[in-house]
Amino acid sequence: MRHLMSPLDFSVEELDKLLDLAQDIEADPAKYSHACEGKKLATLFYEPSTRTRLSHEAAMLNLGGSVMGFSSADSSSASKGESVSDTIRTVSCYADICAMRHPKEGAPMVACQHSSIPVINAGDGGHQHPTQTLTDLLTIRNLKGRLCDMTIGLCGDLKFGRTVHSLINALVRYKGIRFILISPEELRLPEYIRHDVLDKNDISYEEVVRLEDAMPHLDILYMTRVQKERFFNEEDYVRMKDFYILDRSKMKLAPEDMYVLHPLPRVNEIAVEVDDDPRAAYFRQVQYGVYVRMALILTLLDIHVD
Amino acid sequence: MVKNTLNVGRISEGFVLDHIEAGRSMDIYKYLHLDKLDCCVAIIKNAKSSKMGKKDIMKIECPIDFMDLDILGFIDHNITVNIVENEEIVEKKQLTLPKEIKNVIRCKNPRCITSIEQGLEHIFVLTDEENQIYRCKYCEEKYRRRS
Repeated sequence: MRHLMSPLDFSVEELDKLLDLAQDIEADPAKYSHACEGKKLATLFYEPSTRTRLSHEAAMLNLGGSVMGFSSADSSSASKGESVSDTIRTVSCYADICAMRHPKEGAPMVACQHSSIPVINAGDGGHQHPTQTLTDLLTIRNLKGRLCDMTIGLCGDLKFGRTVHSLINALVRYKGIRFILISPEELRLPEYIRHDVLDKNDISYEEVVRLEDAMPHLDILYMTRVQKERFFNEEDYVRMKDFYILDRSKMKLAPEDMYVLHPLPRVNEIAVEVDDDPRAAYFRQVQYGVYVRMALILTLLDIHVD
Repeated sequence: MVKNTLNVGRISEGFVLDHIEAGRSMDIYKYLHLDKLDCCVAIIKNAKSSKMGKKDIMKIECPIDFMDLDILGFIDHNITVNIVENEEIVEKKQLTLPKEIKNVIRCKNPRCITSIEQGLEHIFVLTDEENQIYRCKYCEEKYRRRS
């Protein structure tokens, strides 16, 4: 039985297969509409999320399966003090697969150690968010036609932004990848990722503070939100939250074939005026998120559709 | 060596841990869970050492398959582990850094699941042998072993 804890759980070949499957689903969704009939997905969300939870649920419903779960710790037995390991042992009796989001880092790893059903890590604190990474990879591959030989700009909260950490881990396995890390000093990419992932894989990267300096050189700009829930101190959050705002004037600095991605939700970091720009790809990214989660559910449940 | 510092008598089967950094023997006593074992343990603190100035020595009398000494490699890989059978040293064990250590160091990341999940073991995995770096199995928080 397989789980998904990190984007690195899949080899590059397995990832290619998964993304191919997602593309096939996109091309012919009807072919897959009964693939998971009789199967149940449990969404165990210990912290608020709209997009990730609904995307998993939409994916399972599109496959003809059904969904159950909770959307906050308050509405689960966690509020009574139940451990993650006890919860997953219980849920394993009800569902065929589960997606877990938890504010504590490593909680889905604890779950998979005690689970008899596949566990999908749907985000654990500031640590990993692998299904967002799969979404990002599918989006980049579909928009650019490749996952190699590209300059990716990562902008905003690179310190706590788990989507950024997961995406870096996944992309360093492709050749010719270069990063421009755009962040204020306080929200720089953690040293362990720079050292253990970028330096170790001999990946070229540059750290800059001004977004304008990076724009002309990018194939992909990946914007992130400064997340209030990752700060212990309200003052620090207020100081950082509007550090970057992507608007039309900054978009003029970018190449014609550069695309803007964002894991959403956005707050102020992308001005609404950018939405009409054909290079704004963040809502297409949401749709790709459903396709790739459908592909993931089929893969983890080992269901094949001819 | 042991005889010249303080004679606490021979053991018939077990371990003599020599060249322990002075003052660390009680840490080792704790990490090896010797307080929970019903065996004869002698601890010599601050024994004279030509090599180290002073050192600690431990003698543990127990069946040799009774104890997992891998953790000693994490605590101090300079410790000499003498394995004794029939009152003779039959092997000097080379210590290496263990690949995984359980419940020896605690994860200090307040966002880690180990901070709230009851009964969860604190497991650190060796991720960089050259730089002696361990990471929490759950949140990947770094722990650099003191050299």
